[in-house]
Amino acid sequence: MIKTFCKTQVEVKVSEDGYLEDMSQWNEEIAHEIAGELGIELTDKHFEVINYLREKTEAKEALTIRKVGKSGIVSIKELYQLFPKGPLKFSSKIAGIPKPTSCI
Amino acid sequence: MKNLLILGAGTSGTMMANHLISKLPKKEWSITVIDQFKTHYYQPGFLFLPFDIYTTKQVKKKGEKFIPKGANYIQKKIELIQPDENKVILEGGRVLDYDILIVATGTKIAPGEIEGMDGPMWYKNIFDFYTYEGAKALRNKLREWEGGKLVVHITEMPIKCPVAPLEFAFLADSYFKNKGMRDKVDITYVTPLGGAFTKPKATEALHHLLEEKGIKEVTDFNIERVDYENNKIIDYAETEVEYDLLVTVPTNMGDELMERSGMGDDLNYIPTDKATLQTKDHENIFAIGDATNLPASKAGSVAHFEAEILTENILRYIKGEPLKAEFDGHANCFIETGNGKALLIDFNYTHEPVEGTFPLPGIGPLKLLKESRTNHMGKMAFRWIYWNMLIKGRHIPFVSTNMTEKGKHFETVEK
Ligand SMILES: Cc1cc2nc3c(=O)[nH]c(=O)nc-3n(C[C@H](O)[C@H](O)[C@H](O)COP(=O)(O)OP(=O)(O)OC[C@H]3O[C@@H](n4cnc5c(N)ncnc54)[C@H](O)[C@@H]3O)c2cc1C
Repeated sequence: MIKTFCKTQVEVKVSEDGYLEDMSQWNEEIAHEIAGELGIELTDKHFEVINYLREKTEAKEALTIRKVGKSGIVSIKELYQLFPKGPLKFSSKIAGIPKPTSCI
Repeated sequence: MKNLLILGAGTSGTMMANHLISKLPKKEWSITVIDQFKTHYYQPGFLFLPFDIYTTKQVKKKGEKFIPKGANYIQKKIELIQPDENKVILEGGRVLDYDILIVATGTKIAPGEIEGMDGPMWYKNIFDFYTYEGAKALRNKLREWEGGKLVVHITEMPIKCPVAPLEFAFLADSYFKNKGMRDKVDITYVTPLGGAFTKPKATEALHHLLEEKGIKEVTDFNIERVDYENNKIIDYAETEVEYDLLVTVPTNMGDELMERSGMGDDLNYIPTDKATLQTKDHENIFAIGDATNLPASKAGSVAHFEAEILTENILRYIKGEPLKAEFDGHANCFIETGNGKALLIDFNYTHEPVEGTFPLPGIGPLKLLKESRTNHMGKMAFRWIYWNMLIKGRHIPFVSTNMTEKGKHFETVEK
């Protein structure tokens, strides 16, 4: 699927449920736009989490809520406050990384 | 004389000792297996113990009985691994040197990870069934329980045998029906996942079964704490689920030994190559079963498939040959669905659980992803196979290590 972001007018490839397929197509503008669709207004704290998620994904490390909670950036509780209803799913979507899987 | 040490005499460690004893030349290699406990438990039986389907005797035997003659067995707690010095230190200070080390220390519940879980109500109205003690205490509770809200709950993934909590919910449904009190029991299944299971295809089938049995589902529930005074579990999004009887699968973690030795990840699992089973940091250390961080199910059947590949790789390592990168994450499990029926699922790293027949393509007799009595018989036969064939390292007829694609209807997981 191709999705066009209206503000930035960029076209990116996304999965059926709206996750970016190529994380290198991501930029902050896109992040703001996805966040807007999810009803989230991004602050610096959000971006700290987003950058952490992107770094770990680049390093091919699997992400879990527990792991983010131990990152030193936010506690699990704070992660929920930043991304209500979708601590890992919404944050991953906004960060332009694939949908988190709990593979097993 | 060279030393091969196996840490842990559970399903995987016992299997490896049995495989290797006939393959390594006795004059050159000494094999030693270490475990802290005298008893070897048949963990799949813990699912049936609470419902009085199995007796305590059917799920435990003396561990040493299954260690082959010719291997040494030490019953002691392992204190530390010193991978840079090729040494293992036991409780009490005894030091063992090794040339090759196999880590098979499994995974266990860590209820202390969640506030209020193993507090004053632990084993009063909050139980696990992943330990012998928990399953037995729960059996005694269920015998006298008069009904109310039963909550079957998973704390966080990954857990070993990820279908066991669902099976528990299904079996609870039949148990209360048989006791003539199903109308007095309200069953709710609470999971951190977005659906009943980790794989979409099986989730659909299982969701349907839950509905049919009148079991409610609460998904995406990430528990923060147990409010044991008010009998509620509360998640990070402030959602609450009330219970009268909470049956939870606590966080699963590898043994603290990994943390003490600086060898584990954040859940004390040891980083392991998913195809060869060699650990990522040390070439003479291998890992198998639940102790690894592989993205495969933590199950006895998986350990069984791994053991055949690991045996071959140890022989190759000794000869200085390249390792065989073969393990494909193959898992197959029976899912007990109550009333004497079961489902069977078969999957690996890249393939979703499939429909079809097993183990013989087109013939079966077992049907994949379909409820049947034969599947239930298969699950019950597994106990005999476990004690008499599996941990003894004997080949199970017709079942191949890598997943076969014949006779199955496939859907490949997108990468
Ligand atoms: C309720 C339940 C149902 C299940 N159902 C199924 C099923 O239907 N099918 C299936 O295939 N699998 C099932 N399983 C999973 C299966 O039992 C495990 O995956 C399997 O036992 C893993 O084997 P392992 O050798 O890796 O770990 P384990 O068998 O757990 O063995 C680990 C051993 O290491 C020892 N150890 C750990 N740390 C130390 C230390 N520091 N010092 C000394 N010793 C130590 C332990 O004492 C233990 O004996 C089920 C599990 C449970 C709990």
